[in-house]
Amino acid sequence: MIRRTAVLSLALLSVAALDGCRRKVVPAPTPVATNSTSNADSLAALRARQRADSIAAAERAAREAAAASDRRSAGEAAAVLSQKVYFDYDQDNLRDDARATLDAKVPILIANPSVTLAITGHTDERGTAEYNLALGQRRAAQVKRYLTTKGIEDARLSTQSLGDSQPAVQGTDESAYQQNRRAEFQVSGASALVAPRS
Amino acid sequence: MRFPSLRHFLPVALLVLFVAAPLAAQDSTSRGVRIGLTYDPGSKPGVAVLPVTGATGDSVRAIVQRDFDYGDRVNPIVLDATAASEASRATGPNWPLLARLGAAAAVQITPTANGFHLAVYNVAKKQTALIRDYATSAAPQSRAWRAALHGISDDLEEAFTGVRGIAGTRIVFERGKRIWMVDSDGDGATPVSDVGTPMSPSWNPSGRTIAYSTLVPAGISVVDLSTGRSRTLVSGAGVYISPIVSPDGANVIYAHGVDAGVDLYTIPLSGGSPRRLSVGRGSDNVSPSFSPDGRRIVFMSGRAGHPEIYTMDADGTNVDLLTPLDIGERAYRASPDWSPDGRLVAFQSQMGGTFQVLTINLRDRSLRQLTSDGRNEDPSWAPDGRHLTFVSDRTGVKQLWVLDIETGRSRQLTRGAPGRVPAWSPRLSAE
Repeated sequence: MIRRTAVLSLALLSVAALDGCRRKVVPAPTPVATNSTSNADSLAALRARQRADSIAAAERAAREAAAASDRRSAGEAAAVLSQKVYFDYDQDNLRDDARATLDAKVPILIANPSVTLAITGHTDERGTAEYNLALGQRRAAQVKRYLTTKGIEDARLSTQSLGDSQPAVQGTDESAYQQNRRAEFQVSGASALVAPRS
Repeated sequence: MRFPSLRHFLPVALLVLFVAAPLAAQDSTSRGVRIGLTYDPGSKPGVAVLPVTGATGDSVRAIVQRDFDYGDRVNPIVLDATAASEASRATGPNWPLLARLGAAAAVQITPTANGFHLAVYNVAKKQTALIRDYATSAAPQSRAWRAALHGISDDLEEAFTGVRGIAGTRIVFERGKRIWMVDSDGDGATPVSDVGTPMSPSWNPSGRTIAYSTLVPAGISVVDLSTGRSRTLVSGAGVYISPIVSPDGANVIYAHGVDAGVDLYTIPLSGGSPRRLSVGRGSDNVSPSFSPDGRRIVFMSGRAGHPEIYTMDADGTNVDLLTPLDIGERAYRASPDWSPDGRLVAFQSQMGGTFQVLTINLRDRSLRQLTSDGRNEDPSWAPDGRHLTFVSDRTGVKQLWVLDIETGRSRQLTRGAPGRVPAWSPRLSAE
């Protein structure tokens, strides 16, 4: 930041010098001996100004890009945190794809220590309503257990179950059932997420 | 609590004009009168409901005839227009006609200023067997008015067969994130509670309150049917499932879990601290049902790696696996319900890629499959121990059905939006 301020000051000084030269040049039609020096000085100032302008533009672009990137990263982080994990029929154990999905959440949770996750377990409609509520709870608990083994504090992860009462999609084929056997994540506790620095 | 529905009826007159030996003695287990009828062994007594006078007459007759039909113990003899006009004479019942139609008894119900007047005739003896007056102030066609008629039907079934009918009972169930209640004949379906995404309603043995679980927020609540008000018994993190009230009305048993499986807990109905009953070690333990004497609990547990039916003492000790492991092509047994006579447990088992309702005999563990059409689940016994309500998708939509396990006869109880987790009431007092 200090360096950036210095560059900006230098650029402003150069512009002021160039203005002075221009006013001096225009009303003096007759060249004098000192003019060559003066010309050389103003050329140097012009170059300095151009350089300063391009630096400023580049820095402005970089700042905007960084802000956009932060926004994108925050959005991506939120998306990663709320990404669902899926289960096999009547199972609560985590498949490889579920572990990968959860692994991606871990650095974001670590980078955002105020964020909490409410984990909700769901099931497909096969099985009984009451057993499915228990199964959904077991799925949510399994997800929580995995995240705590990765270093996320217990208190930041809550679990609940909706069983088969809130299917993601309607349907009675395996494709629908697979989309319904899931754990969902509700993110809270942070107004803006910070992307993890690698 | 054996004879609850009489309390508000105040029998004004109870006169037994004819008593047939040897079946005539008052049944000591019944508050009613046993009428000895003559009919073929192994068949159901034929009963003609004589035409009823007044604006509500047709409704009265239709309700009682339907109660007899749905009760499966009495054969209602429907009179055609000619027979109906000739069945009663100025001098009394047309005995030859009634006998020719196969009626062992005829029932005459007359609306009065205070309720209903009932006369029962023994056709073989050509005599009046019973006269009784029922008091009700309920408006005609109201739920309470229908309940009064169901009470008459149930008294009559008891008088004819020795077993009280179930017409006056009700069923609660979940439909569209609400608890609903419907009369046993399928009439009068009304929502009871819509708070907190309710599930798994079950009756207090008093018949006056319903315990149910809620998903959001997770907890167990109790709704008073007379006021419609709910109170939360217990709530918190995790999941709360399948509450039942103990036969003595003192405790609620329910399933609850947060991060280490789901176990069964008990809490006083009046409120207090929960105590854990089952030791599931991380498995699922849900859907409890009490034995009629309150000493044992049947429940579903996943402790063996798949859902099976177990029994345990009411304090959680002496756990036994009830269902054998080799029925069906996949080990998935659930939703047990202990029969009111204590002999059977109804449950659902995965068979042929779907679920069917079975019973298991607690004495010899013999199995009986009761359903085969569509997916059938969530059985709940009627208080007569002979009828079951359950959920079936045989019409394409999950609806409640009623099955008579003695004849195999079934009927659809609910229509409209899908329903599930039914619970059949105990015998109810009249309103």
